[in-house]
Amino acid sequence: MVALMAWENPSPADAALPTAAHNALAPAGPQAAHIAGLWYLIVGVCGIVFTLVLLAVLYAIWRAPRATETTPAALHDDNPRIRRSVVWAVIVSTALLILLTVASIATDRVLAGLSLTDAIHIDITAHQWWWEARYDDAQPSNRFTTANEIHIPVGKPVILTLKSDDVIHSLWVPNLAGKKDLIPGRTATLTLQADREGDYRGQCAEFCGYQHSYMAFLLRADVPARYQAWLEAQRQPAAQSAAALESRGRQVFLGGNCAMCHAIEGTGAGGRHGPDLTHLASRESIAAGTLANTPENLARWISDPQAIKPGANMPPTDLPPDDLQALVAYLSSLP
Amino acid sequence: MCLRCLKYLPGMGRVLAGFAGLCLAIALSGCEREQRAFPQPADAKLMPQTLRQSELQPGQPAQPVGRGEHLPPPDYQAKYENNAYAVSQGRRLYRWFNCNGCHANGGGDIGPPLMDDRWIYGGEPADIYTSILHGRPNGMPSFAGHITEDQLWQIVAYVRSMSGQLRIDTAPSRSDNLQPAEPESRRERQDMRQSAPPKEHS
Amino acid sequence: MQKHNAHQPLDQAAQLEQTWRDPPGLPGWFAAINHKSIGKRFIYTTFLFFFLGVAIAGVMRLQLAVPQNSLIGPDLYNQLFTMHGSTMMFLFAVPVMQAMAVYFVPLMIGARSIAFPRLNAFAYWVYLFGGLMLYGAFLLNTGPDAGWFGYVPLAGADYSPGKRVDFWAQMITFTELSALLEAVILITTVFKLRAPGMSLNRIPLFVWSMLVTSFMVVFAMPAVMLGSTALLLDRLVGTHFYNPAEGGDALLWQHLFWFFGHPEVYLIFIPGLGFLSSIIATFARRPIYGYPAMVLSLITTGFLSFGLWVHHMFATNLPELGKSFFTAASMMIAIPSAVQIYCWIATLWTGRLNLKTPLLFALAFFFILVLGGMTGLMLASVPLDLQVHDTYFVVAHLHYVLLGGAIFPLFGAVYYWFPKLTGRLLDERLGRLQFWLFFIGFNVTFFPMHQLGIQGMPRRIYAYAAETGWGPLNFIASCGTLLIVASLACFLANILRSRRSGMAAGDNPWGAGTLEWATASPPPAANFIRLPVVHGQEPLWDMQRHLSEHGQIPSPSYVEGVAANFRQVLATTPLDACPDSRPQFPEPSYWPFLCALATTGLFIGSIFTPWAVVWGSLPVACAMIAWFWPRHVDRVTHAEQEYRSDGA
Repeated sequence: MVALMAWENPSPADAALPTAAHNALAPAGPQAAHIAGLWYLIVGVCGIVFTLVLLAVLYAIWRAPRATETTPAALHDDNPRIRRSVVWAVIVSTALLILLTVASIATDRVLAGLSLTDAIHIDITAHQWWWEARYDDAQPSNRFTTANEIHIPVGKPVILTLKSDDVIHSLWVPNLAGKKDLIPGRTATLTLQADREGDYRGQCAEFCGYQHSYMAFLLRADVPARYQAWLEAQRQPAAQSAAALESRGRQVFLGGNCAMCHAIEGTGAGGRHGPDLTHLASRESIAAGTLANTPENLARWISDPQAIKPGANMPPTDLPPDDLQALVAYLSSLP
Repeated sequence: MCLRCLKYLPGMGRVLAGFAGLCLAIALSGCEREQRAFPQPADAKLMPQTLRQSELQPGQPAQPVGRGEHLPPPDYQAKYENNAYAVSQGRRLYRWFNCNGCHANGGGDIGPPLMDDRWIYGGEPADIYTSILHGRPNGMPSFAGHITEDQLWQIVAYVRSMSGQLRIDTAPSRSDNLQPAEPESRRERQDMRQSAPPKEHS
Repeated sequence: MQKHNAHQPLDQAAQLEQTWRDPPGLPGWFAAINHKSIGKRFIYTTFLFFFLGVAIAGVMRLQLAVPQNSLIGPDLYNQLFTMHGSTMMFLFAVPVMQAMAVYFVPLMIGARSIAFPRLNAFAYWVYLFGGLMLYGAFLLNTGPDAGWFGYVPLAGADYSPGKRVDFWAQMITFTELSALLEAVILITTVFKLRAPGMSLNRIPLFVWSMLVTSFMVVFAMPAVMLGSTALLLDRLVGTHFYNPAEGGDALLWQHLFWFFGHPEVYLIFIPGLGFLSSIIATFARRPIYGYPAMVLSLITTGFLSFGLWVHHMFATNLPELGKSFFTAASMMIAIPSAVQIYCWIATLWTGRLNLKTPLLFALAFFFILVLGGMTGLMLASVPLDLQVHDTYFVVAHLHYVLLGGAIFPLFGAVYYWFPKLTGRLLDERLGRLQFWLFFIGFNVTFFPMHQLGIQGMPRRIYAYAAETGWGPLNFIASCGTLLIVASLACFLANILRSRRSGMAAGDNPWGAGTLEWATASPPPAANFIRLPVVHGQEPLWDMQRHLSEHGQIPSPSYVEGVAANFRQVLATTPLDACPDSRPQFPEPSYWPFLCALATTGLFIGSIFTPWAVVWGSLPVACAMIAWFWPRHVDRVTHAEQEYRSDGA
């Protein structure tokens, strides 16, 4: 136990992570907006009731005469006014509770009624401790897989099909919708829609092991044109740089242990146990939203991931400095 | 009535001391079992290929070629076979690196079974390590340069758990997959014996 | 049989003391079965675990005080938060309520003893050994690390290798066994051992709350024992209760766990309501307003609490209609709580207030619990729950509910009943200091967590990036923890100082109306020298009033004809508490302790091998046979005893 307390500093990030909104009360889409509306209703009703109860208690304390241990106890005072007040307080509370229940169920129905015409389908699979996103398409050659960064077009409904590869995770983008659990052996769906362009942070909300803390992702809502451009880019196989350094890095990637778990489309690497790296350089962050995607951070992450995310399934890789530099250069050349 | 027991206290003292000793032993083995040693850069060595497969033939003498340099590290028992986390990582890698593609869940498929008492190339940690690192003729690929030494020893420890070589409190229990057999922790310990080489398929 | 007699022979007190006291010395300590000895130990032990749980929470707050803290890594942090939750829920909150009940319920209903006193001792030992086992495992780096809720598959063999989770699951077996036994003991005590005249509509509200709690324990605990046993079987022998690939289901665990887990919240909360009713009545100098409504609310809460468990699972893919039903049920449970709160306010409104420390803690309830209840309504609503579920909002909510609903009343109860336990009053000035430190510290720690949850901070994370912006609020929360620690230091200092040198209390220092104050502080081994007869809801106040109105106390005022030279008690009928029979209670014995040891051996052994169940059951069986073996003194016929008692 004592030995375990001597961790390396997990993440002295050199470059700051990109800012992404994460606030349930700053809705960027209809789902979160409905929920925020319900929130304000409940906070309002509860706030009033809470204040009244507190005032009643304070007033009771203020008005009641003081006594000591020897004051004789009053045994009979059935005051009809008090009885009426209590009965009315209970009736009003019940009515308010019914109101809140109805409002809650109505909001639930509205959430379920999001129009899904022309919806985008994305398959999300949660892994310990990262997110895999598969973009579906009628055309098989248009399907592709990415990780830890989901792009969606503004104004279009999105259907996320949720699965888990190992333990229970929970997908949550506070600005867009409530969360949904990803349970092994079951498939769930979550529908959401972004109405405002922007970067939204999502994070795993169900405790899932050592790196539950650093299992985040970025959800980018783009105007349709930019989204389409991103789709086109992601559908391409990995770029093949002719530069010497990058080709050497590619050799390192394919000949070492990277390819055992990671895939890069268009090369021989087809591992599916780690995030797909085909367009790694296009992403804002690495290690499931933990580090900004810079060459320095990539090098740190590859050579000693356990210092950043202890317990993660990525092993450290001991490469000569030249090879490491080449590998980082290669990965940074995959837009 | 139990007051009368008190006069046996000196004798009970010895029993108690023995009991305490037993508890201590269990406690220490518990510590070893429960350690979570996440790999450090020192564990990251990628083992290069140093042998040719043709040098690796079944039925070799007790000290086969290459085995000497692949003897397990001195803390192998503590770090791998007696550590539940390491064995369980070994099981994960066994699936991830597709060992079950040929050996199935230990019962064997196009590769030989791993849960019985027959070991074509030996069942000691060094033998299994050599087999994984350098591969074997007739289809076992070499993983040299592709997995770290740490991962390799984890897989070795797991492979040995498949034939019941590990303590039952560190061997993995059932996985969340379809179960072809008893979980590793419930298997009978198989006495290892060197097996004749497989018949050549003609 | 019952008549007023002022000239009680003095030697009867001595005789009763001799009959009912526990054997002396260290060996006798292991044979003790008196409910007050066991109750005291029980209370001390639960508070020991409470302080351990707080210490663990302190370390967690230290780790979370700043972003990307490197004080502790995920492995230790996961163990810590699991230990914190498990300690507080399984080793403190439920047991401490039962422990208070073990001590006070027999006193409050005017009984000589608790029912099944040996079983009571056994339940305590089993609980103690379960707690020690968990902490022993934790010190050996085998602390559970899958959360106090132990969700599979993370808690299953595939993702939690080793024996950490097994120790946790077995700790549940220990504590739930103890809780079930205590529930049976308390139900029997309340139904059969009440003083004559204490019909059901005259039971003190705290006793009612423990009765409801005990019934809930009987129905809720088996679910989690079933669940944890299935988990152990999955892990040890490879069954497939929770393996989807083999026809099991990961959600099955959640249903079983929360079918227990939600009632458990009320197991903690309902006794707290009982404390409040005791304290408010005494310090407002009048009985609680609306006694029937209070009792019916307690019972309603008990029933409804079994219909809410799915609101812990709204984020799983269950049918929407079902979820709406659970929303409605979760909202409706606020009604009985509201009824009680309004009745207490009416009591305060019409009472005359003696503003002492216990009442301060009771008044804090109105701020903290009501706030926690309001956030509870938000969690009951499916859409809102989906936003705040599993975030720090829930951490805030549950601490507001559990500390506001149980711990504040519990502290009030400790200040209230400490004189009865020790014969001395706690220091009032330190008490006020503790109260204000705790009240402020609590709010500073937990209120910011609401906002953290809204801002997207999930629960159970060991670190967070600086860019998330959660740093400042977490720092404030961690500062509040310091105040809580200071407050608990005051509490401890107060206890230690007042035990020795506090003001002597006398029988009834607060001028209260219930029966526990009718006897000495601390009470004699037999509780009452003369078994009381009850004529109203607040017997002592009724007696005073009767005395002032009629010039004499109501007759009959005590019971005669219950032997003093052996352990005879008076059993009464369940509804009207008419004298029914005079059973004889067992003598002190080592066997409950030894039986608990044997049970512990069986439970711990079966973490490692299923054969422990077979071989371990032999010593358990032997210990039980010895426990129930008829002894010479038991074979004395009833008639002989009658004769001897009449002779005395």
